[in-house]
Parts: sequence; C-alpha cells; structure tokens
Amino acid sequence: MTGADTVARAAATGGLPQPFAELGLTQAEYEKIVDTLGRRPTSAELALYSVMWSEHCSYKSSKVHLRQFAAKAPRSDALLAGIGHNAGVVDIGQGYAVTFKIESHNHPSYVEPHQGAATGVGGIVRDILAMGARPVAVMDALRFGPASAPDTARVLPGVVSGISFYGNCLGLPNIGGELDFDSSYAGNPLVNALCVGVMRHGDLQVAQASGPGNQVILFGSTTGPDGVGGASVLASATFGASKGGGEVGGDAAKRPSVQVGDPFTEKLLVECCLELFAGGLVVGIQDLGAAGVACATTELAAAGTGGMLVRLDEVPLRDASLGPPEILMSESQERMMAVVEPARVDQFLGVCAKWDVRAAVIGEVTDTGRLVMTWYGEPVVDIPPSSAADGPVYARPAMRPAAQDALAADDPAALPRPADGAGLRAGLLALLSSPGLADKSWVTDQYDRYVRGDTVLAMPEDGGLIRVDEATGLGIALATDGNGRYCRLDPYLGTQLALSEAYRNVAVTGARPLAVTNCLNFGSPEDPAVMWQFAEAVRGLADGCAALGVPVTGGNVSFYNQTGTVAIHPTPVIGVLGVHDDVRRRVGLGFRDASGSLVLLGRTEAEFGGSAWAHVVHGHLGGRPPAPDLDAERRLAALLAAAAAAGLLSAAHDLSDGGLAVALAESCLRGGIGCAVRLPGDPFTALFSESAGRAVVAVRPGAEAAFGQLRDAHGVPGENIGTVGGDSLVASGCFAIPLTELAAVHGQTLPALFG
Amino acid sequence: MLWHGDRDLRGVDAAILPGGFSYGDYLRCGAIARFAPVMSELVPAARAGLPVLGICNGFQILCEAHLLPGALTRNAGLKFITRDLRLRVENARTAWTRAYSGGEQIVVPLKSGEGAYAADPGTLADLEASGQVVLSYAGDNPNGSAAGIAGVCNAEGNVVGLMPHPEHAVDSLTGPSADGLGFFASVVSAGVIA
Repeated sequence: MTGADTVARAAATGGLPQPFAELGLTQAEYEKIVDTLGRRPTSAELALYSVMWSEHCSYKSSKVHLRQFAAKAPRSDALLAGIGHNAGVVDIGQGYAVTFKIESHNHPSYVEPHQGAATGVGGIVRDILAMGARPVAVMDALRFGPASAPDTARVLPGVVSGISFYGNCLGLPNIGGELDFDSSYAGNPLVNALCVGVMRHGDLQVAQASGPGNQVILFGSTTGPDGVGGASVLASATFGASKGGGEVGGDAAKRPSVQVGDPFTEKLLVECCLELFAGGLVVGIQDLGAAGVACATTELAAAGTGGMLVRLDEVPLRDASLGPPEILMSESQERMMAVVEPARVDQFLGVCAKWDVRAAVIGEVTDTGRLVMTWYGEPVVDIPPSSAADGPVYARPAMRPAAQDALAADDPAALPRPADGAGLRAGLLALLSSPGLADKSWVTDQYDRYVRGDTVLAMPEDGGLIRVDEATGLGIALATDGNGRYCRLDPYLGTQLALSEAYRNVAVTGARPLAVTNCLNFGSPEDPAVMWQFAEAVRGLADGCAALGVPVTGGNVSFYNQTGTVAIHPTPVIGVLGVHDDVRRRVGLGFRDASGSLVLLGRTEAEFGGSAWAHVVHGHLGGRPPAPDLDAERRLAALLAAAAAAGLLSAAHDLSDGGLAVALAESCLRGGIGCAVRLPGDPFTALFSESAGRAVVAVRPGAEAAFGQLRDAHGVPGENIGTVGGDSLVASGCFAIPLTELAAVHGQTLPALFG
Repeated sequence: MLWHGDRDLRGVDAAILPGGFSYGDYLRCGAIARFAPVMSELVPAARAGLPVLGICNGFQILCEAHLLPGALTRNAGLKFITRDLRLRVENARTAWTRAYSGGEQIVVPLKSGEGAYAADPGTLADLEASGQVVLSYAGDNPNGSAAGIAGVCNAEGNVVGLMPHPEHAVDSLTGPSADGLGFFASVVSAGVIA
C-alpha cells in the first residue's frame, strides 16, 4: 500500500502546509506539535492530535477549574475510584460497587436527532462497561427550544425515538431524567445521557496498557467513516449563526460527523465483555468513544507501561478506502480495546466468537515510551503518548458580564400576582399544562422502564430506584437535575440548587445520597462571560458537594453550546447516586392511602426569581434565584431516610419547579387520590414559591407522633397542612380542582404538540 | 437456559421464548431468530405437544416460525409503547393460562413497538370460533391489534404467544401487580414441570 504520509516522509518534507485549522487546531497548538515531534506531524499524527486536543477530549479550557472537585472533596469512604477513570466507582456495601456517569451528546443530537441521541446512550453505556460493571439502567436529561417551535418538532421526536431504539434494544431500563423547554436551547438542544452499572468489589477494570508483549485487541463493530471528527469539528465548535433555529436546522453539512448506532451489537459486546472479565482474560480495557482508536491507544499507552505498537492495517474496516487518519478519527460505535496476555489471546478470541463479536489483534504493548503505528509496515505515527493524552491547558479569561447586575435587579416581586382563589387556580392549571411541567408520558412511554426486572421506582417519580440484591433489598437511587434559568441568574447558586434538588430527589425515595456526577453544558469557553459562568458553576458545585458531604466521582464538560454569539443558559446537570438499604421500604410520590396527614417540610420564603411561575405566566427571567440551604438539605435528607426506614410515610415528594402547587397536583395524579390543604401564610407564596430544602410528605395514620419526634430530632421545620383523600385538590378558601380536570390539563399538552 | 446456536432442547419439559430484540429486530422482528439452530428442534417438539410460551419478541418468533397464526406489525401511532394494561383472559384452558378463570381481568405491562396483531379475516374468524384468542385488551386497544387481540394459541393449546410481559407482573415491588404469575403457575400446576 503506497501513498501514506509516513514518518519518514514527514521528516523529509518539513515545510508542507497542513490543514490544522480545518481540523480545529490553532496555529499555536500546531506549532507545539511540531515542537514536540521535532518535525511536522504526519497526516495521521495531525488527525490524532486534532481529536485528542479538542476541547471535548482534552478538557483544555475546563481542567484548571475542575481541579476543585478533588481539592475540595469531602472525605468519603465510599469512593473506590474517582475522577480520571472512565467513571467513578462507589462502594454501596454488601460487597457491591456502583459506577455511574452522565455525558452530553448535544451537537450530534441536533444535527441528526435519532442517531445522535441513540449513540449518546451507547457511548455512556460503554464507559460504564469499561469499568468492569454490568450496566443496569439509563436516564436522560433533555432540553429543547420552545415546545411550539417548528424545529423542536423535528428534534424532540427524533431524540426520544433514538433513546427508545437504542436503550430498549440494549435491554436497559430507562428510569428517569428530565425534560424542559426554553428558548435559550432553540439552536442547541441538550441531550445528556446517564448510565449506572453494578459490580462486585474486585471486579474493577483498569484502562491501561501494561506489560510489554501483551497484545492489543480491538473488538466489536468494524471501523467505518462514520463520526470522523465528531469530537473536534462537531462537539468542539459552535454552530454557525445562519444555521439552526430555522425550518431545516441542525447544520446538515455536519451530518457525516454523527455516528450510526447498532444497539444489538452493543448488547453482544456487553455480554461478551462481562464474560471476558469474569474469566480474568483482560489486563486493561478502554471503550472507544470520542476520538475512537486515537483516544483508546493514546490513553491506554499513556496510563500503562508507556509504549505501544499498533498495526493500523489490521483494524477491521467496513470501508476499505479508509486510510490511517480516518481510521484514527472514526467514531464508529460499539467498539472496545483490550490489553491481553499472549497466553490468553486464544481464550479471549473464543469468548468473542461465542457472542458473534468480531475481534482482531492489532498490536502490542512495548517499553519504548513511544506510541508507534504502522501502515503496511511503514511507521505513520511515532509520538510520546502522554503528549497527546495530556493535551494543552488554558486558563481562559473569565469576566462577570456587566448585564448581570441589571438581570439581578429585575425582581419578579414587581410582577402582577393573582388576587383571588380563581386566579390562583388558573395559575396552577397554567403551570401544570406548560410543556416543562406537563405529563411526560408521551416521552417516557417510549422507554422500557421494566426490563431486567429490578426497577422499583421510575419516572415520573422524583428518583429512579433499582434493586441490586433481591435477598437483602439493597438498592440504588438516582436523580438528575438542572435549572438553566436559576443558573443564568446566578451560576454559583444555580448549580448548588441543581445539586440540592438531585440530592433531595434521591432522599425522598428513602435513599442516602452518596456521590455526584455532572454534565456541564455551557456556551463557548472563548467568551469571557461564558467562562465566568463556568468558573462560578464549578466553584458552586465543589463547595456544595463539600457541604453536603458527597464527592464528585466524574463527569463531562460540554462547551460550544451556542448558535452564533448567543450561548445557552449555563446548564450544569447534576446526577446524584444514593444507596437504599431496603427497597421494599421505598417511598413514592403518589398519594396512596386515602387518609393520612400532609406535612410540609422546610421553610418557605417569597422566592420567585427564575421560578416556573415567572417563566410560564409572565415569560420573565430576573432577580435572584432561591437561596440554597445545604445544611437544611442535609438534615431533610437524613429525616426522609429515617422516616422511610421506620415505615412512617406513605408518600414523599420534593418541592421544586412550581412549588407546593405543582407538587400536590403531581402527588394527587400519581396516586389517583385527592387532598385538602390549608395554605400557611400568603396563599400565593405558599403555592408558588420555589424555596429550596422542602418536601411534602404523607404520614401514615397513627404515625404522626413518631414522625413529629423524628422531625424534631433532625431539626427540620414542618407544618401540618392537611390530609390526603377525596377526588379533588382542595386549597381551603382558595379553590377546589377535581382530579379529572387536573389530569386532563396535565395530560393533553405533549400529545397535542407532538402527536 | 437453552442456547440459540445449539440444536438441543436438553430434555426440557417446557420452553419460554422471552422478549427482547433478537438480532436487533433487523429485517423484521423474529424473522432471523426463527432460523436459529435451536428452532430446528423446538418447532417439531412444539408440534408434538411441548408447552411453549412466547412473550413479545418470543411471540413474534413463534408467528414467524408458523407455530402460531398471524403476524405482529408496527403499532398504530408508530411509537414504542410501555404501559400497564388491563387484559382479559379469553381462554383459560391452555397449558399456560389454566391457573386463571375465563373472563378474568389482569394487569400486565405491555412494552413493544411492533405489537399490533394482524391476520386475514378468515383466520381471525377461525381463531375466535375455536377459542384460540387467549388474551385481549380489556380497555383501550393500545396498538391497533385486530379484534383487540393480545395473545393467541395454537389449536392444541400448548403453544401460546402474547405481546404483554407477564414476567414483569410477578411482584408488586417491581411491577404493577403479581397478576402475571398465573402463566408460570399454569405450566407448573399442569404437572408438566415437577
């Protein structure tokens, strides 16, 4: 095979112009490569560096901030593996460990919604698999432009069908997530996918190529031209201002950068890997995600003995015309790379054959300290692997935008409020029918929440809950939350509010929050205002995790979420994992017993900045977000876990978007039973304030005194506000709404919009 | 557990073809799995009276293998549906439904994208007349199935296929009810499995 740009040729043709800018590298970055190598890079090396040094893979703009997660991490005995691995690993007791992570697939999902969202699921599942765990559930946090916008009708159904297509076929229950709409996402929707996996202690796998002579095996799908440059030209660049938001949207020219998913192959790959792990056949393993073979080889080599020889012509191709640069950059899905002792290669290939998984030995570990790749015998890559794996680090300028003060001064206190019961009633119905708060069944019915048979709670519950051990009842709870509007008003506080809400959503099920993952969705890091938002959000999260005593175990940064110069609302999506000691004692949000008293826990202040009421009723965004109270969150969570364990509660629901009004309506609809409440203080504030640190619980008849004592012991303020029962939501002195009317208003919105 | 690639039933007393996405549903649901080596043994055994239950994709495979009449097509509405549904047991005399009583209503999850039962009018009339409609949707027809059919059996009643998932209704902790247990209790109480 001739024509390849070999190392020898590169050394001999120093001045040759190279398309580094088209591949997303700056002049300075290109010069640094030349400096490192002492010659111009070959076209394969240039491809490799361009994807490895992309924002998506290198975290070059975020690294200096993310260090806070480790620096400020609370002491936790639960952490078995932390940041830097494919995903963090947490000890949940009884010999089990759990790994979980959330990742963005925003740009691919905008360009090609179905495949973009599908492969987002596939990618995060392989991350979890690579840690040695069996993936057991997924979640998706979705944000779109206005629900009625024509482009939302293109993007949303495709994204949902993609998640449904991939996750259902893979046999993973989808147990929750988020769905919200805001004009800030019109040109850049957010599709964040979370996966959680379970393993036994000792099953942990490492992503390193150690032991010279060990063989490097690429297995799974063949490599094709799909997704070439996904990490660089797609994920690490802004959509053009002329594209998107219009009739067509999605920057059709970038569609070839989107990968195509084959969930059945992924299912086989999952089972194959688990059998390989169980057989002790793997020294090191890495999934192929962004930057494909380039990333897997450099990261494995950099983390291991330091050297690797790869014969690129041995990579099984689905398109024979691909050369070294395309093979390195391809993001073809459903592939893994393993390092295997020579004596175990035959056994390894036998397991692959059993599962109809294609496998090829493509190289070996060396002690040369160099990552060398050949193409039909001739070297086309010869680099120190850490130079590509570590990448540049930028401390980009950050500046609080001047307009932030005016935004904070635009207090929602000035907005007209309903004056009477009829107005409050209308307000509640307006919120319940708004796309962000309406019944999500149109979306969630397309996901399989039952498969694997261990789903105890799933959407629309506050948190998903999966049984891990049938004999003991041990389980894990998960929730994701984010609120771009709060974060737009104050990224530091807004991020702590997202953390607080996810933490609380896990707690209401009766679980103890243990660990945090995050997907940080922001605009361009080259904009100092965005960089300020990012820095504030990371600082808020690190401080919040320290205060709550839950470490960040991993996460993902997604920059360049903007169209032209207009960035999305800063949207950190926070995932919290909790452990449930006995899932048979779980607490759901629906009212179940047609009796029992309702207790509102926490303090309610008049806090409407960034609220659902201001957004839905007035289209207003201004003022200050609610004040987080992390100490109160901690006490509330401890109370909820203790009350669940003691069997005192028949229902518990966190208060967030839409306040008490929406929470009560959701609990009534979920259980099919009404309630009657007396609103404490100002009825409008009682119904619609979004003060943090609150939940409403239904106490089992006879358990009132015991719950009162427990509440006092935990120092959680609470107020008895009424009783469960009847077939209406009654706020005495204000309104009564029959459940049939609530259900109709809540249920009609998404079907009317999306068919 | 039987392996798809083995031409061997290992002497089992009954077989369940579970749900899932055999071969990724490529080409057509169940169309490739029907040619799996194990089917070369299963089909004659079923014709000889082995109790066989097909759930969801398993039902699709049984139809593709012509062990059951009719076919499963895309849902009306063209979307995957996960929903807890009320079903009516129409035939409580099969190997897999004798733990129920005729006309009994049960709640079991449905979760499928291609669950609309279809057959020609003559076949449908025959199925109704011979009592081969085993289950029907008691409330709304969720997916456009002909005559609201959720499950059918062969003329002998040993082979049953249904789109809903009784294995997800065996414990109210992880499902909407324990109503699905009857399918598994039926084949055990029939003395097929000691």
